[in-house]
Amino acid sequence: MSENVTSNPRSLGAVWRRLPVVHQLRQSVGLQRGMLVAGLVITGIFLLTAIFAPLLAPYSFNQLRDDAGRFSPQEPPSAKHLLGTTVGGFDVLSRVIWGSQTALLVIVFAVLLSIFAGILLGLVSGYLGGWVDRVLVVIADAVYAFPTLLLAIVAAIVITGGESDLLGGVLAASISITVVFVPQYFRVIRAEAVRVKSEAFVESAKVVGARAPRIMFRHVLRNSTRTLPLIFTLNSSEAILTLAGLGFLGFGIEPTQAAEWGYDLNKSLSDVTAGIWWTSVFPGLAIVLVVLGITLIGESLNDLADPRLRARRRRRGSTAADAAAAAAPATIETEGAR
Amino acid sequence: MSSNTVSGPTADAAVDIRDLDVVFTTDGGDVHAVDHVSLQVAPGEVLAIVGESGSGKTVTARTILGLLPETATAQGAVVLRGTDVLTASPARLQQLRGADAAMVFQEPSTALNPVYTVGWQIAEGLRAHGGVGKAEARTRAIDILRRVGIPEPEKRIDYYPHQFSGGQKQRVIIAMALVLDPAVIVADEPTTALDVTVQAEILDLLRRCRDEFGTAIVLITHNMGVVADLADRVMVMYRGETVETAPVRELFANPQADYTKTLLAAVPKLEIVDRAQPEPGEPLVRAKDLVIEYPGRLGRRGFTAVDGVSFDLGPGEVLGLVGESGSGKTTIGRAIAGLTKVTGGSLDVLGVEMNGMRERDFRPHRKDIGFVFQDPATSFNPLLTIAQCVAEPLIVHGVARDANAARGRVDELMEAVQLPRAYGDRFPHELSGGQRQRASLARALALDPKLLIADEPTSALDVSVQARVLELFAELQERFGFASLFITHDLAVVDQLAHRVVVLHHGKVAEQGRAAEVLGSPQDPYTRRLLASLPVPDPVRQAERREERRATMAAGADPDAEAASA
Repeated sequence: MSENVTSNPRSLGAVWRRLPVVHQLRQSVGLQRGMLVAGLVITGIFLLTAIFAPLLAPYSFNQLRDDAGRFSPQEPPSAKHLLGTTVGGFDVLSRVIWGSQTALLVIVFAVLLSIFAGILLGLVSGYLGGWVDRVLVVIADAVYAFPTLLLAIVAAIVITGGESDLLGGVLAASISITVVFVPQYFRVIRAEAVRVKSEAFVESAKVVGARAPRIMFRHVLRNSTRTLPLIFTLNSSEAILTLAGLGFLGFGIEPTQAAEWGYDLNKSLSDVTAGIWWTSVFPGLAIVLVVLGITLIGESLNDLADPRLRARRRRRGSTAADAAAAAAPATIETEGAR
Repeated sequence: MSSNTVSGPTADAAVDIRDLDVVFTTDGGDVHAVDHVSLQVAPGEVLAIVGESGSGKTVTARTILGLLPETATAQGAVVLRGTDVLTASPARLQQLRGADAAMVFQEPSTALNPVYTVGWQIAEGLRAHGGVGKAEARTRAIDILRRVGIPEPEKRIDYYPHQFSGGQKQRVIIAMALVLDPAVIVADEPTTALDVTVQAEILDLLRRCRDEFGTAIVLITHNMGVVADLADRVMVMYRGETVETAPVRELFANPQADYTKTLLAAVPKLEIVDRAQPEPGEPLVRAKDLVIEYPGRLGRRGFTAVDGVSFDLGPGEVLGLVGESGSGKTTIGRAIAGLTKVTGGSLDVLGVEMNGMRERDFRPHRKDIGFVFQDPATSFNPLLTIAQCVAEPLIVHGVARDANAARGRVDELMEAVQLPRAYGDRFPHELSGGQRQRASLARALALDPKLLIADEPTSALDVSVQARVLELFAELQERFGFASLFITHDLAVVDQLAHRVVVLHHGKVAEQGRAAEVLGSPQDPYTRRLLASLPVPDPVRQAERREERRATMAAGADPDAEAASA
């Protein structure tokens, strides 16, 4: 909340600098900047891969033959199959690339489904309080007690009836993740709303005569969302892990419908003992990298959001007059003398 | 009074700061908090560092204990008993802290750990410096508690912090500071969080520390009355630089620097002017036997914040509501604005009975009430511009469709409170405290209300800023003719504005009447005590008043100064 917006806050550049992530990137220094940039680069590659999968992948995710005939199974990396083929005869590179698309879809669905419900419930619960609040908190706590993966399996069976196509599999994973994430968003927004509602500017709106919905959406909501980018990133990585877990347990998406890293890992289990490493290493690496990238962003956003953890640029050697001139207006804000 | 002859660098100074320079690294670039400041404090001397917020007074004093955050870089020398604190190793610093220099904090309720007894916390300092047995530590803790004026120290040593009143907690903290007999105590706004009557007692105690223990005290404060009461020598700071250093009488009698002169001129003084009372009319607010209770936890009785208060507020009248913390003054203001429920008696606001009021019935009347909050930092939505914030009441009551449509009226209001129009496009954090409080006034006046409730609008501001905001308030009141409930703990502020005064004490009215009468010739013993405790910014007169007050106290007019505890 203490962004140092200089001269003209209305200009486009200033708006751009105030955006989450962009703002933090400009603010960060040293190791924290390194972490954030690494996270952003990995995540950027992931996003690009997902979007341009049809162009990047040499074959389709369910392609078993080309003009030259059927792919032989468990073939080691070669010029034709850069990362080899799986036991079912799929091209590993293509499966890994197409898999990123499935992963992205799950993130988008899961977060979209949970973020709106979570924010709305949290806002209402935190601002209105009373019995609505108590009931919602109890429900949220009960949901917390559920094991995510079990819930996901149940959701997968209910939604797809065992036959998994792309949309069914993605939805199953997303919905189960949603059920678990809604309480998280709910909790965070509720806590913030409770804090913000006792601030003087909310009381001031009340005294002015503003009605509850106006206060909630104009004054409380926008001041309660500062931790969202953080949970967003952490939840995204959890979503990927849940999807992979589902696939690994056999409740994922059929290989003919879409590529999915967890499923490929499952199928490569027997290969590991036979010395066939390429079928398991690459999907596994993809999962690790994407989760790592997103988590790096989340962690560094977390550090940057906390002024006590945030590293700052040290500008030694500037003259006293420079510093005084640069700092004059900010002095009042920095020293809490009283 | 002790003499104040010591000045200039001496070898036996308790603290010797030479050419101190502190730079903070912040998100907005480097901040030069302290700019080549030098000072010496002799043993048994009280040096007051005065300045507005941001003047670097706290940072300067904190360097004495080596208490600077990691983002700060300090240059120069801070010599404490022959050791330079700035270059001392962490182990040496640990030895110095407590034994050679100690600190008294502003907020006594947060400086004590609530889960340990005060005896344990005092002994903690003794243990840290070693060589003290359990029994001896306890004896010394009891002894020091007695010397700072805690009654029955043998028993109360085993009490927890919450069992003491605010003033007593500050005494315990002073005891913790004194227990190792340090050369210097740094007192950072030691009385700011306390009520005036308690403040006077803590100042007495600090004076005794100096006289009995021979401790040097570095007193950081923004309150000129406190300076006049306690200090031997005064250093005035502004934006990290020393403006002036002088013995206290000289500084008040004959300030040299222009900044010191303006600072002293801005301090509100009790002058007791009898203002012309406004035309009497149908009262806007009428409280009769008003009772406000805060509900207790299950099975516990609630807390009665306001207990049978009656008063009237006529049109065009400024009513000062005065009292110490816990007197119920803010609660009354909030009840009038409909923020707190009335539980008994009757409170009539603009013809609506607030006891059992429904929000729907009161909402149309809200446009006739303006409210100015205490803390200008939090009373604006940080994500809206000032113009949007000021336009909010206009939009809510349908006068304007959106912030752009209201801009004309907003500009008028900004002009009325003497803010440049362009400030409307700024965000709240880009304004200073005084500017924000002006904007807050503009927002309160947006709908031309009949009644303005001001809840300590200037207590978070620096004195010079406070003076200008109060002037503006008086001017606007005259121009728009609104009635006002002015809530404050500062009698001098009331004296500048109010037509009539209500003095509250523990939720009851102690005294009410015309401002000149109540402040000029108070009838109630509590009002008298309140007036006597108010330190005046004049060391000579303050010394006289202190004697007078001591005489009043000795005569037995001290019914409940410290009775709030268990």
